[in-house]
Amino acid sequence: MHLKFKNKRISGILSILPTNEVNFIDEISNYNFSDKQSIKLGKIMGYGTRRIVDNGTTVSDLCTFGLNYLFDKKLLNKDSFQALILCTQSPDQFIPATSNIIAGNLLLNEDVICLDINQGCAGFEVGLMQAFMMLDTGVINKVVLLNADILSTKVSVKDRNSRPLIGDGASITIIEHTLEDESIDVFIKMDGSGALSLQIPAGGFKMPSSVETAILKEDVAGNLRSLDDLVMKGDQVFNFVQTKVPELFNEMLVKLNVNKSFFDYFFFHQPNKFMLEKLADKLEIGYEKMPNNICEKYGNGSNNTVPLTICDNLGGKVKSESFEVCLGGFGVGLTWSLIKCKLGNLDFCEIINYK
Amino acid sequence: MKDLVLNILRDTRPEFEFNSEVNFIDEGYLDSFDLITIVSDLESTFDIKINGSLIVPESFSSLDSIVKLVQSSKNAS
Repeated sequence: MHLKFKNKRISGILSILPTNEVNFIDEISNYNFSDKQSIKLGKIMGYGTRRIVDNGTTVSDLCTFGLNYLFDKKLLNKDSFQALILCTQSPDQFIPATSNIIAGNLLLNEDVICLDINQGCAGFEVGLMQAFMMLDTGVINKVVLLNADILSTKVSVKDRNSRPLIGDGASITIIEHTLEDESIDVFIKMDGSGALSLQIPAGGFKMPSSVETAILKEDVAGNLRSLDDLVMKGDQVFNFVQTKVPELFNEMLVKLNVNKSFFDYFFFHQPNKFMLEKLADKLEIGYEKMPNNICEKYGNGSNNTVPLTICDNLGGKVKSESFEVCLGGFGVGLTWSLIKCKLGNLDFCEIINYK
Repeated sequence: MKDLVLNILRDTRPEFEFNSEVNFIDEGYLDSFDLITIVSDLESTFDIKINGSLIVPESFSSLDSIVKLVQSSKNAS
């Protein structure tokens, strides 16, 4: 599906990271593999340091902290936006929506629409698409998009394939109208037949968490995880990314009549270093145009990786300069999406620590 | 080439005998993360780049299929 939007822009991005930093090497003894094997895999996959929340810290805590920071610094006026979208797969509770909890924490006015979206790796793109559609109503002038996950709490400490990758964090993106006549193109596809390729089997209404679902079981490779933990069919997900994303990428280039050199940057989701390098090779995009440093530095934060990549790699530069970018998300759902847009002259683009 | 591939397999999973009678994937000799280390070793050993869409379990089910993958990657580069 191709959606085109006009006269809209991203005007600010803030990433919020927990201060608790964990190093892969410090956890290596947890895993059922030799140190040599794990270190070798770690170098290829980009296992490094990752930021994770302390026990008890929630998505609403990270988002509330970030929004208060923006209010305090006068980077965002509390009464200036009419929608609060939260993309997360780690809500505080099933009921109510976490965006409503955040609105309550901040005492937002009653004319702010709160909306939770359950999306993962493509959550930034899905959230932006929703924000653009809300702005198209003509009633909403500014949207606050929150991308936050704390999935480190849902990965087995004895799962060497996933545990060293997962980081926590949140990002706040402001989307609003602009008089500039730039178009934004959203390409998005979903394939529910692959929905269980990435999942947490237990904990919902279908299979509530219990003593039984918490029992650790060993997989064929030697990883230990329970039904309460995140699990993925690695080969299926890898193959999906290497085939479906290039197809959509080529569709985008053809439909928009642009070539790769048009783009200054490709800010893509970073599942792990290996997968993104292989994708860059397949798309014939130079590594310098597709940053791939987030997994090693902070961990894969699910739907938070793309805005965090922008903050980490562009930072203050994007406050005074403008870039043609392609945003890309792919993963759980299965969902994959690309967005062509201009990113520049932001009011803010920075990373802060959650305290 | 076969011997070099065999060395890589034994280095990745020293507990298994990688003989021609066994399907490495079906028998659980290799999982998706083993494939990643094997790809990395194949690329450095044979100075090749393996196309991401060819990194599927079927390409690693036997010694012959891996050798075929290396050869096609050599031809492509």
